[in-house]
Amino acid sequence: MAINWFKYSAPSTFYVLAGKLIPWFAWPAAILFFVGMYIGFFVAPTDAVQSEAYRIIFIHVPASILSMIIYLVMAGYAALGLVFNTRLSSMMATALAPTGALFAFISLWTGALWGKPMWGAWWVWDARLTSELILLFLYLGFIALQASIEDPRRADRAGALLAIVGSVNVPIIYFSVQWWNTLHQGSTIKLSGTSMHIAMQQAMFTMLAAMWLYVITVALMRVRSIILERERNTQWVADLAEVKQ
Amino acid sequence: MNWTEFFAMKGYGLYVWGSYGAALLVLVIEIILVRHKRKLTLQQLRLKFVAENQMRDAENME
Repeated sequence: MAINWFKYSAPSTFYVLAGKLIPWFAWPAAILFFVGMYIGFFVAPTDAVQSEAYRIIFIHVPASILSMIIYLVMAGYAALGLVFNTRLSSMMATALAPTGALFAFISLWTGALWGKPMWGAWWVWDARLTSELILLFLYLGFIALQASIEDPRRADRAGALLAIVGSVNVPIIYFSVQWWNTLHQGSTIKLSGTSMHIAMQQAMFTMLAAMWLYVITVALMRVRSIILERERNTQWVADLAEVKQ
Repeated sequence: MNWTEFFAMKGYGLYVWGSYGAALLVLVIEIILVRHKRKLTLQQLRLKFVAENQMRDAENME
């Protein structure tokens, strides 16, 4: 069966599709969140070294991973919009930026609350922490730059350039614990295996899945408003049931 | 294990709940803002189309 994927790159079709998809991401996100919280607090054992403080990991690690993934996806969409001049891709990039910024913030906030009892400091200018802070500033810069340009297509192009150049920072964050001698601990989960307790892993990956689905949900919700705003002078928007009532 | 002990998190309660609380708060606020934005956008669109229809009607009257 041939599916015409380009059909969904039209804002008018994607608006309807996104509306239908939202509950399919929102409900699994909510369910996985509760499952992850349950495993994280009631099944996963106390850590031998970090006691109960380590439980911050179930929110800190998924949020940090997603702050990087969201950035790459955002830059990817922005680049697509820049190269192929597809409006919807640029709108997706715009929709992802605030959520990415929030996840970078959560990463830094939970990291500070973990660093204080473990290292004795809320903040250190370590390579991992500093590059994550730069990631937050890149998101904020992207949002501010787009907000400052009146013409949406020009805003898309300017934002795309910033996003593409800034993506250099993502591998720097990821490899920072290997490249530099950081206070931040290295990865516990590696391709070659892990020393982590199975319940700890389950809680972490469940929370990662829950947050990932949350990001998709909220991005779809946000992009629908962006589509309506940008397409406000078209007939299909005027014909929408939710606008007509 | 009782609940007091659970919430104390062996002395790390402030850090653990401070992390979870802030993260949850931020995400709930985001959902509220996104929904509010949709409501606002739809409202503005309705106003815009009502105004346009009135203008068209006025033109037809002349």
